[in-house]
Amino acid sequence: MYVAVKGGEAAIANAHRLLADRRRGDRSVPALRLDQIVEQLGLAVDRAMGEGSLYDRELAALAIVQARGDLIEAIFLVRAYRTTLPRFGYSRPVDTGAMLIERRISATFKDLPGGQMLGPTFDYTHRLLDPSIVEAQTDAPALREGATEAAPRVTDLLGQQDLMEPDGDAEEGHVVGDLTREPLEFPLGRDLRLQALARADEGFLLALGYSTQRGYGRTHPFVGEIRIGEVEVEFDVPELGFHVSLGRIRVTECQMVNQFKGSAKVPPQFTRGYGLVFGQAERKAMSMSLCDRALRAREFGEDIVAPAQDEEFVIAHADNVQATGFVEHLKLPHYVDFQAELDLIRRMRAEHEAQSREAAE
Amino acid sequence: MNAVASYNFAYLDEQTKRMIRRAILKAVAIPGYQVPFSSREMPMPYGWGTGGVQVTASIIGRNDVLKVIDQGADDTTNAVSIRAFFAKVAQVQTTTRTTEASIIQTRHRIPERKLEAGQILVYQVPIPEPLRFLEPRETETRKMHALEEYGLMHVKLYEDIARHGRIATTYAYPVKVEGRYVMDPSPTPKFDNPKMHRSEALQLFGAGREHRIYAVPPHTEVVSLDFEDHPFTIQHFDAPCALCGAEGVYLDEVILDDKGGHMYVCSDTDHCEERREAGHVGRQEAAE
Repeated sequence: MYVAVKGGEAAIANAHRLLADRRRGDRSVPALRLDQIVEQLGLAVDRAMGEGSLYDRELAALAIVQARGDLIEAIFLVRAYRTTLPRFGYSRPVDTGAMLIERRISATFKDLPGGQMLGPTFDYTHRLLDPSIVEAQTDAPALREGATEAAPRVTDLLGQQDLMEPDGDAEEGHVVGDLTREPLEFPLGRDLRLQALARADEGFLLALGYSTQRGYGRTHPFVGEIRIGEVEVEFDVPELGFHVSLGRIRVTECQMVNQFKGSAKVPPQFTRGYGLVFGQAERKAMSMSLCDRALRAREFGEDIVAPAQDEEFVIAHADNVQATGFVEHLKLPHYVDFQAELDLIRRMRAEHEAQSREAAE
Repeated sequence: MNAVASYNFAYLDEQTKRMIRRAILKAVAIPGYQVPFSSREMPMPYGWGTGGVQVTASIIGRNDVLKVIDQGADDTTNAVSIRAFFAKVAQVQTTTRTTEASIIQTRHRIPERKLEAGQILVYQVPIPEPLRFLEPRETETRKMHALEEYGLMHVKLYEDIARHGRIATTYAYPVKVEGRYVMDPSPTPKFDNPKMHRSEALQLFGAGREHRIYAVPPHTEVVSLDFEDHPFTIQHFDAPCALCGAEGVYLDEVILDDKGGHMYVCSDTDHCEERREAGHVGRQEAAE
């Protein structure tokens, strides 16, 4: 005998209890502390902060452990918290030229003012699993002594010789958009596009950036510079009439130098692709700058032929919180719509059968 | 960060509610037009009703009585989850009774019982753009709406007839609102389309992931698209509900065994319960 399905409420409560149990795992293993995650899974924390659009290492660590290490779920937790926070105002633009640099490399110049600094990188490590890190003491890092030399940005060095297109100022009176407060309306300005790319899914941008290297919207990129370090965040206080420092944040900046032939009006100049991400997130910053340049195709009058150049395609599908929600919503019940399709296909099959019977007679 | 204490009434902050209410007012003023709004991240995933939840959160007051249905039922898991959310963050009274509710949030169905003046039906919408699968670009579809350029939709429906002998759209069946905008009624079965026409209730549609709100104010004309020689029809079921014997309602098919045994029961669980309380019995109940 069929009884209408009931008990969704109890099922949900039980599922959540089981989830909490699985999240905690074997109780004889000590629970992770947030400082352990902050200190030892720092790049996961950075990714959750960057794509979660909220600079708070502890909260990101909490999100990661609550999400059982599922980073997209952690990003979602961070976003859902962020959106409830009051908005006091907007900081001044950070000056990455004045960054306290921990890593800085350029692929376009062998040496340059400020020098090349490898910093804490996986580059040139041999990817051999190393069981010794679990137990062994780690040596203290070797730190450079004395004051560091000023390290102007490579794009500024090129800019001095007019070989690089200038950063460009926004039009007079242009108010920088905020994609968290206003609905996106295509086509976007570069300000909103960069905001969307900065919180976009790393994997999605990586694949798109990669596609431009394989001929789907080629941009001839060079890594002008990647720099990672701390920058100061300053805030204008209208009541005080001057700006105050709110503290420092770690960011990764990537400037791609791309080819451009120039036009009748503009002499040949290199063009830029820009990436800026919270924390240490080099792969993301590089992918972002490749995508930024590819998406400037319209601005430069280039033919839009590849997915990476298509603003609506890229931006509308780059947000992993949106994407995962909609993909995963397919597991919600759809039996009402499915019933409608079932009914139609049965009727069409019945007609088809009747027709073939008629034809056979 | 201890959940409820630090959140505003109905979760959203008042600034956000005001922004959404303005979008709703605009939507009501231009029936069927998709108003862009700055959708927020909600504590449930996109695609799981964030648009409907934001609309409900913006209009709900302490005296409202909320009903939430998914697939017509009050006890499907997502409906339970959303109802629990509002019970927690807005401490409002909830109900499963269509007649008692002042706000009904729904996914994929319109209640069988005729809605009354003063009630608000809030739809959760996945893809608000009826032209989306004909033209993927938002810049293009907005232009098509502005120019009332709906030829493509008629061509699509015509091609259905040429290929299948009928219009093969069974849910999310496009409608024209007040003779102007073509609108997606959300993925409700086309069975429910006639209920939208001149409804006494206010109908609000929220698409969170797609940042759109639209509305059908009370007594608005809502016409399903069709052709003179292929008029719009709704689904008819051959058997009545096996539990309450209702006819002319939308039914769910329930599979009973692996030998093709199945039965049909009301999709609208409240409607079914109410009928059974009133003494109606279906085939299964009568056989007991």
